[in-house]
Amino acid sequence: MIMQIEKNAMAGTLESSDALVTVEPNEQGIELEITSSVMNQYGRQIRATVLETLDRLDVKNGHVTVVDKGALDCTLKARVECAVFRSCGKSDAGIPWGGVIK
Amino acid sequence: MKNAVGREIPDELLVGGREVYQGKNYMDGKYIKKASPCTKRCEKPQESKIVDSIAQALRDCGAKDGMTFSFHHHLRNGDYVANMVMKAAVEELGLKDLTIAATSLGSAHDPIAQYIEDGKVIGIQTSGIRGRVGEVVSGGKLKTPAIIRSHGGRPRAIEAGEVHIDIAFVAAPTSDCVGNCRGIGGKSNCGSMGYAMTDAKYADHVVVVTDCLVDFPNMPASVEAIDVDAVVIVDSIGDPKKIASAAARISQNPRDLMMAENVAKVIASTPYFKEGFSFQTGVGGPSLAANLFLEKYMDERGIKMGWAIGGICGPMVELLKKGKVQKVIDVQDFDLDAVNSINNTPGHYEMSASQYANPANKGAFVNKLDFVVLAALEVDTDFNVNVLTGSDGVLRGAPGGHPDTAAGSKCCIIVTPLVRGRMATVCEHVVTVTTPGDCVDVLVTDYGIAVNPLRPDLIECLDKAGIAHVSIEALKEKAYSIVGRPDPVQFKDKVVAVLEARDGTILDVVREIKPYTFEG
Repeated sequence: MIMQIEKNAMAGTLESSDALVTVEPNEQGIELEITSSVMNQYGRQIRATVLETLDRLDVKNGHVTVVDKGALDCTLKARVECAVFRSCGKSDAGIPWGGVIK
Repeated sequence: MKNAVGREIPDELLVGGREVYQGKNYMDGKYIKKASPCTKRCEKPQESKIVDSIAQALRDCGAKDGMTFSFHHHLRNGDYVANMVMKAAVEELGLKDLTIAATSLGSAHDPIAQYIEDGKVIGIQTSGIRGRVGEVVSGGKLKTPAIIRSHGGRPRAIEAGEVHIDIAFVAAPTSDCVGNCRGIGGKSNCGSMGYAMTDAKYADHVVVVTDCLVDFPNMPASVEAIDVDAVVIVDSIGDPKKIASAAARISQNPRDLMMAENVAKVIASTPYFKEGFSFQTGVGGPSLAANLFLEKYMDERGIKMGWAIGGICGPMVELLKKGKVQKVIDVQDFDLDAVNSINNTPGHYEMSASQYANPANKGAFVNKLDFVVLAALEVDTDFNVNVLTGSDGVLRGAPGGHPDTAAGSKCCIIVTPLVRGRMATVCEHVVTVTTPGDCVDVLVTDYGIAVNPLRPDLIECLDKAGIAHVSIEALKEKAYSIVGRPDPVQFKDKVVAVLEARDGTILDVVREIKPYTFEG
């Protein structure tokens, strides 16, 4: 089932070792913007992690902004997942624990 | 040409007898011819050397295009003097092509970045480079590569004539009318003035800038009137709040304390830990906390520390006052407790940068050091340390006395958390080598201890004492398992800074940063 980003949503913070992920509806495809305090050494990994997570959640369209403050991969994944579920009103109930969210 | 720490040094830098780093103690026993300054005779009786302004002092000293001005950083991030002088030189006298030879440059000196961008300042020689100055140099804006030297390498280069100082500026908390200066007794006190001493002896001209004129003679003087050309009185030489912090507090962070305790355990396991041992520590969280645990072991064994050196702060002064250390010899003060103690607490002395760490004199204090405990931004699997460039490749650090104390001490311990945020502190290759691995003996992290295989004797000590240790490769892999394997930082080709080893050979170069691209 394709996951639709219905409205703007955010997850995360700008604290050190966290990331602030914002998702917005988008007509066509994934648009990804990344800024990071560790861009030089981890820019590509951050991009790969965010795209993999969106792919796992079956998000096909969306504008995604990541402001990363040195978050580990597990944190990035959690923030992206949370922002996506918030964007389609599924964060209160309906998170597929044990499914795409492990 | 590749040097002894595996860094490729461009051949065009190897001119005029410059060599690449060959390993520690390579220059030992060689003779050097010391440079001598050209100084003015002041034979006539003299009332005062006070002049109206910095601009006037510059004119009196014959300031012109292309000169080298020196500064010292005892006023740390509170310093106003370097900016005032550069402003007068560039904006009032209209000078250009200037070189700044500083003992360190920090964010207090951000205004100087503009003079670099404008091409007024074309050379930087320093032991520390942070803030905007670091950014514009890393951005390739400085006309000639910056030269980064350790606190010992700097007086070596000055004495050898590799840096010729035309005018040295001394930021003096107190001075008398002829230029006897001290770091105490005024309103912007810094304590020790050790870094200014060599500059004053080897510069052609010396200008004292003070905000507290005191009666002649201001004794005992750190910089002596016999070397001073002019005295300028200004409203303020610096912001006292940023010169010396309130007492440096020992960390309460349990991770820092755990590492500090392990540092003390390692120290106590070696044969150098005996009555009269000598010690230096940094002021970073775990390094400073090591003092606390060390005291415990000293009490247990009933021994006292003979002497301590370095940048000094409150906890070391406390040990001195308690009689746990016999003498403290001080090149710079970090907090008010240390500032208020120098020349006041019996056994607390001032020393020059050369006396502290210069590898080319007949024996600096570091050469008799038993232990040094230091921090690091990065350590690689060859134990090379980086304390200069950030993970983005930008200049934002200071070798300071790190390479000197590491080389001189019998046991150099680096203490650092394994990861900081997403940055792996223990890594495959440091961005820049500032202290070569052959000078580093033990690495203490929150995930384990590693001993340099060059020191089987220390490995035996740790084993005997039952202190667990692992290979540095294992620590690196542990770090990467947490944060992921980093991509190498992307640089352009242009060399923006040359990192000199303390002996004057070339240890590494820093290149111009390249805006990040995913394709890289």
